[in-house]
Formats: sequence, structure tokens, C-alpha cells
Amino acid sequence: MKYLRMMLVLLTVVLLSSTTAMAEVPSPTIPKGNADQCVKPTQEMRVNHMEYILHQRDDTMHKGIRTEQFSFKKCINCHTVKDDAGKVVTIKDERHFCNSCHTYVAVKIDCFECHASTPTGKASGNAHSSIDSLSKMSAVGSNNNE
Amino acid sequence: MNKPEAASSGLSRRKFLTAGAATAAGVTVAPGISLLSVAHAKPVGQAVSDEQRWGMLIDTNKCAKGCSACVDACNTENGLNTGDEQQSRPEQKAQWIRKVDLRDKLTGHEVSLPLMCQHCENPPCVDVCPTGASFKREDGVVLVDKHICIGCRYCMMACPYKARSFIHEELTHQVENVPRGKGTVESCTLCVHRIDEDTNNQRDPACAEACNTEGHKAMVFGDLKDSNSTVSKELKKHSSKAIREDLGLNPGIRYRGI
Repeated sequence: MKYLRMMLVLLTVVLLSSTTAMAEVPSPTIPKGNADQCVKPTQEMRVNHMEYILHQRDDTMHKGIRTEQFSFKKCINCHTVKDDAGKVVTIKDERHFCNSCHTYVAVKIDCFECHASTPTGKASGNAHSSIDSLSKMSAVGSNNNE
Repeated sequence: MNKPEAASSGLSRRKFLTAGAATAAGVTVAPGISLLSVAHAKPVGQAVSDEQRWGMLIDTNKCAKGCSACVDACNTENGLNTGDEQQSRPEQKAQWIRKVDLRDKLTGHEVSLPLMCQHCENPPCVDVCPTGASFKREDGVVLVDKHICIGCRYCMMACPYKARSFIHEELTHQVENVPRGKGTVESCTLCVHRIDEDTNNQRDPACAEACNTEGHKAMVFGDLKDSNSTVSKELKKHSSKAIREDLGLNPGIRYRGI
């Protein structure tokens, strides 16, 4: 009986190791955007998206140019991923479009410390409800923290 | 590597010509008649220029004491004090615009006015900024580039109007037009995301819009360099003052009745 159990364990170990060895290098699963095509060819965007975003960032911030082609807002509006409940996931979810690749390549982005990671109004969070309730609150809020 | 093409080239020749024609047509509707809003026309793909200077005239006689429509509208428009920010102490909370009540000790005359970033021509906040994050746009709007801001808060100390706030809490669910994040300084943007839109979609800042909706009509927003704009005409007609005129900052926000 003891011999049989040892055999079983050995067999499992061998099977497991062989399957991992046979599997290909894991690659990220990148969710598709909502539109038929991106603002540039996909391959081009994969390589250079950060350049386009950075360029547009300075143009928008300093020159007030708000064209839609490389607008960050547009990226977020198109590249939405929904969870099982049908809600658009935020950057905190690993299924978020940007996370799907950035987690894989271990490049940390801080865009979403300021920018909304979901289309406003369609977000799963309570952005709107909290804003609405706030506007009804008095200007001097109570300090709930203490 | 391919260089990203200039954003302006996204505007087709045809669109550019159409936009140009619309502007020209708007200005020359008939001799002596001009369409004010069309005169401001700036296609979305065009950079702001110093041909415009955005400003505001606030009539304190029309501003109602106790009314906070402008403050509420600002908070909603820019998504201020939501989420974890609600835990901030009152003195730490974001305050882009606030109501100030003044009382003349001698006569007892009381005045109520909204106070926000005054969008100075010579802004002290820009002078002291060590990174260039605090800057003035060509069209006179004073902003903080949060990509560069290191949160040192020199600008907050330099501003004589106490117009700037610092974000103390980690934020989520920001409004898509108004990115804000912990560790950066911020202030009234004159709702640049509204005024940068092309003519058809251009709107007044949220505070002025709310004041109009409320029926007080105390805030007139417009181009100070356009002599045909409502704000310029009002400024020409009535005497107005800048707060702390002695500092020589030439603010874009001016007040009547103080």
C-alpha cells in the first residue's frame, strides 16, 4: 500500500513537470478594444503608444489642444474590460486593458493616480453618486477620520 | 522609431478651411454686427494664443449672501472632495472657489463674493515654482501641470489669494476631464476643458454657468482682449477693482462693488 502511494506521487510529479515543460512561454492576453481599429495599427501602438500619449499630454496641458486621435480619454473610453457582473473594471483589477500587458512586462505606470481608469459615468464605482451627495453636503464637512 | 506626427496635422485641410471660413463668416455677418461667440473660435486642434485672455467680472452687488451655487457647481464639475478626501480635515479639503463675506466695520455694509484663482498676468505661484509645473498658458489661464508638480507647495505660500489646495488623499474615480492625484497642488482652471472646446461646444466655467442658472448673473466670463465681448463691454462701462491691486499682479478676475 505504501509502495503504491509512492508510485502515485511520483507519477503525479512526472506528469506535472512534463506538462509545464511542454507548455509555451506564457503570453499576456490583451483584450480587444471596442472599436474595429485603433487610432494607429495595433503593432505600431504596442511599440509607440507611450510616445503618442506623452506628446498629446504636453500639447493638451500647455497648449489646450484637445484633439481626439491620441486623447487619453479616448483610449479609456474604447479599451474597456467588463467583469463577470458586466461592470467596467478599474485599474485595480488585473483584467484592466493596461494591466493586461503592464503586469506581464513589470512596467509600473502611474497614469491612474490622477486619471480616471474607466469612462466617467460608465464606471463601476460610485463616482457620480458620491459627487452628487457631496454637492448636497455643507461646505464645512465633518472629520470622520477621528 | 517613428516620431508622433503633430496633433495639428490631424486636422484635415478641408476641415481647416471650413473652420476658417466659419470664423470669417461669423465676424463679418454684416457691417457693425458680429457674432461674439464665433469671434472666439478656436478649432480644437489649434494651440491657445495670446490673442485671447480669459477673465471674469464679478458683480458683488448681485452675488447673494448665503448662496453657494458656484462652489457646489465647481465641486461637482471637478469631482472635488469625493472618496477618501471626505476624511480630510476641513482646512485640508480642496477648495478651488469659496465664498467670502466682508463687512465694513465703519458702515456695517456687507459684501459677499466668490474668490478663486485670480489668473494673474504676473503670477507669483509661477515665479516660485522650482520645476515649472505652475505655469501660465498663452491665453492667461494659470494652471498646475501635475505631471511635473512635486508637491512642494511653495506656490500655495506665494499666492496672496490663498487660491491653491494640496491633495492629501489617494484618489480614485476622478472626473475624466479633471485628472487629480495625491501629492500635487491644484487650483481653479477656469474650466479649461470647457473653454478649449470648439465654438459650438464652448461653455462658460461651471461657476459662472451656475450663477446664471441661479438667476444672480453675478459672474460674467469672457475674453478680456476682445473689445466686443460682454465682459470687456461691462468692464468699460463700470468701475471695477482687482483684489490687492497694490501687488501689481493684474488678475484676470475683477470685481464690482468692493
